[in-house]
Amino acid sequence: MMRFLLLFSRQGKLRLQKWFTPIPEREKKKIIRDMTTMVLARQPRSCNFLHWKDLKIIYKRYASLYFCLAIENQENELLALEVIHRYVELLDKYFGNVCELDIIFNFEKAYFILDEFLLGGEIQETSKQVVNRCIESSDMLQEYYCEGETDFPGTWRKYHGGVYEQTCILTCGLKGIEITAGEEYRSRMYCI
Amino acid sequence: MSPSVPLQEMIRAIRSARTQCEERGVIQRECAAIRAQFRQADNGGRSHNLAKLLYVHMLGYPAHFGQMECVRMIASPRYSEKRVGYLGAMMLLDEKQDASLLITNSIKNDLSHSNQYVQSLALCTLACMGSAEMCRDLAPEIDRLLRASNSYIKKKAALCAVHIVRKVHELGELFAPAARSLLAEKNHGVLHGAVVLITELCERNPETLERFRKTVPDLVQIMKGLVISGYSPEHDVAGVSDPFLQVRILRLLRILGRNNEAASDAMNDLLAQVATNTDSTKTVGNAVLYETVLTVLDIKSESGLRVLAVNILGRFLLNNDRNIRYIAMTSLQRIVGTDHNAVQRHRGTIVDCLKDQDASVKRRALELSLALVSATNIRSMMKELLLFLSSCPLELRSQAASGIFNAAERYAPSQRWHIDTILHVLTTAGGDVRDETVPNLIQLITNTSELHCYTVHKLYRALLSDISQQSLVQVACWCIGEYGDLLLRGECQETEPVQVTEDDVLDALETVLQSHMSAPATRGFALTATMKLSTRITDNVDRIRSIVSIYGSCIDVELQQRAVEYNALFKKYDHMRAAVLERMPVIEKNSPGHTNGESTREAVKEVQPAKVKQAETLLPQQPANQVCDLLDLLGGSEEPLQSNPAVGSTVPVLPISTSSTAGGDLLDLLGGLEPTPLTPAPTVTVYEKSGVTLTLSREKQSDSGLTVTLTASNSTDSDISSFTLQAAVPKVNLKMRIRISYTSQGSAFQDTVQVDSFPEH
Repeated sequence: MMRFLLLFSRQGKLRLQKWFTPIPEREKKKIIRDMTTMVLARQPRSCNFLHWKDLKIIYKRYASLYFCLAIENQENELLALEVIHRYVELLDKYFGNVCELDIIFNFEKAYFILDEFLLGGEIQETSKQVVNRCIESSDMLQEYYCEGETDFPGTWRKYHGGVYEQTCILTCGLKGIEITAGEEYRSRMYCI
Repeated sequence: MSPSVPLQEMIRAIRSARTQCEERGVIQRECAAIRAQFRQADNGGRSHNLAKLLYVHMLGYPAHFGQMECVRMIASPRYSEKRVGYLGAMMLLDEKQDASLLITNSIKNDLSHSNQYVQSLALCTLACMGSAEMCRDLAPEIDRLLRASNSYIKKKAALCAVHIVRKVHELGELFAPAARSLLAEKNHGVLHGAVVLITELCERNPETLERFRKTVPDLVQIMKGLVISGYSPEHDVAGVSDPFLQVRILRLLRILGRNNEAASDAMNDLLAQVATNTDSTKTVGNAVLYETVLTVLDIKSESGLRVLAVNILGRFLLNNDRNIRYIAMTSLQRIVGTDHNAVQRHRGTIVDCLKDQDASVKRRALELSLALVSATNIRSMMKELLLFLSSCPLELRSQAASGIFNAAERYAPSQRWHIDTILHVLTTAGGDVRDETVPNLIQLITNTSELHCYTVHKLYRALLSDISQQSLVQVACWCIGEYGDLLLRGECQETEPVQVTEDDVLDALETVLQSHMSAPATRGFALTATMKLSTRITDNVDRIRSIVSIYGSCIDVELQQRAVEYNALFKKYDHMRAAVLERMPVIEKNSPGHTNGESTREAVKEVQPAKVKQAETLLPQQPANQVCDLLDLLGGSEEPLQSNPAVGSTVPVLPISTSSTAGGDLLDLLGGLEPTPLTPAPTVTVYEKSGVTLTLSREKQSDSGLTVTLTASNSTDSDISSFTLQAAVPKVNLKMRIRISYTSQGSAFQDTVQVDSFPEH
């Protein structure tokens, strides 16, 4: 399993920290210090793998940000590099040409995206498109969530003028169903 | 989604602070505002406030006053507030805090919420920070979600179950049935979660592992689907279909196939297919290949597959990507014990990696090179290792030095080479060697009497050039003290002759004594050496006397004591001086690796014996024709001896070793040099004719064998040459037949003798 993921800048400023095991606050600070010192001291064209205590540290630099992932000894280092790369791709898709400032000003979004990709120290979803869709849906839910009874549960998008649109995730890729105000609409949806 | 304006404004304000002090001020103001707002009633900006607090927390400032707010927000019906509340809980709370218990109820409620995104928040938080009590509480709920929900929730529930099992091992049993059924899912996210869950269950419980072995065919099927299937845009990464899932399945197969023939057989074909079909131009393909190799090497795979795996590692070693070279060496390190020959084939590449720029790669290459040293390649490997030592980074030096010493001890082809190697290491990295190196080297030197002259000359020269390496200086001083007379004689067949006067030697020792670079222990060595020389030199004894008396008032207590005692030797006990300072006796070899057998081998290699075939423990490697010879020897003995390729079976556990001096002396059986008998073992003369005597003495008996020493001696006036001895024993009945042949005075002799009884105790 993965133990923690840290993002920090070239000056050592922390931009994101995700811990997958419970660790006291003081120790977290110490680990962050150790990681930043170790990783920032590495030569430019050196190996991306380090040993630290009983963990393997995989790090990669993307523009001005260092991504530092700690994995247990039996994990595959090359795959960990791919995990880092996948996360960067997800951020890039969401923010559009992501840069460090995006992650600074929208840090909570970076966390939300991470929480759709990794869970409990393991990979949760292997498909980029699914993760992106989930994030979009959650965002829309955040915008337009309303309480109320409906015939089928799920998220509703309210348009100006009383039109409702529901977005849901289907394997066949249907986008939404439009309903005009006042009409009863009943439908059963089968999700695989 | 529109960003949180209040949050972004605060971030901008903090970033524009020019000094640490200014930043602290901004943050204190903001925190005060946030605290005030927390105390107020519900307003629309609650989530923004908490987000601000979380940002402040990430900068490293205390944020514990936000914990209760997190609990409140999690219970809110609004999704936006829940989302930030749960995020806050994951960042600020951990299972050790009391407040974390308060969210258990909220999580429980949200797990059954109608909206899947709310469920997902609860699952995520549980998997991130669920304590053992929470896990016990909510496990049944998770199990329900594993069985009946959509794939979005199922995949999260699977990983939640993994977390629960890690926290509370006994709950593994609860999830096993659900995990099994999840393998039939088509959704990759769910499949991945299921494989992770099954892996966790199998690693924790051997019985569960047995039960899940039945899933091997299913897993093989899924893998095949991934490998053979065409392009799938949903899961493709640089030509590999869902590498994350592939790697996880390979890991699970590894665990299931370990120590189990049937399971390993079932996956052989698949592994071969993956190994050959996966595109290795990009990292992602190599990640899958790497996992495949690890699996092949860990299960009971057939040899062809193993060779394929090692070859893949060999290809990795030649890859331009440093990361891939690194992991190749890590993997080879793991198998160097079991598949030694396969790894040996790649020795050249590994040794080249010693010259890599990267420190991690160098470390791996060093460990692997040391593991690959063997008797056949010791000379070339040592050249490379010594070259490495002179340019290696500091943190690797002591490891390299001790590795070189170990290798030299085990495989040294000759004594002189051994001493040369150790001296080389001491000159290059003397500061990083272990403390026992000095006494070990001294012991080694005393045991090679024929090289004393060469050694002392070499050490003297080293001392002249550099006195900073303490270990080297200590050994040099000791040798000069012991063998100073050989040094002064000037002649040495191994090195060029050089004229050394007594003054030169004493100058050298005095330089060491007076230098500020010398450690106190080193000066002690130098002083004692100076004293010893007083019996070995003739002219400058007065100079020695004066040196010794000067140090009688040295500040260093140890030196002072020594000097005073030596002074006494000069004055009151001069009659004893020669006896006290005479040559040291040979130091007993008691370190591991210096067994009698080992030294015999060395001595034998040294002297290039002409066909001294001894039925030693080396026997299993002797070629087949010797088996026939032995069979001939036994001729019509009772037991029909099958011509086994394993020669060991014809010569059972009865190693015969000659005494260490006999090994070398057999060739120069001159002048009746009786080899030292190993007293007080009882000896029996088994053969005596024409001046050639063979005696047998019992050395020791263990459960598995009997060690007997056979000594041969020549008591005639003339030389004996081409002495050959062959011995054979049948499987049962303790007896032995010996055949000897030799040439004496131009004529060849041959004789056979049978030994029926061995010397009793």
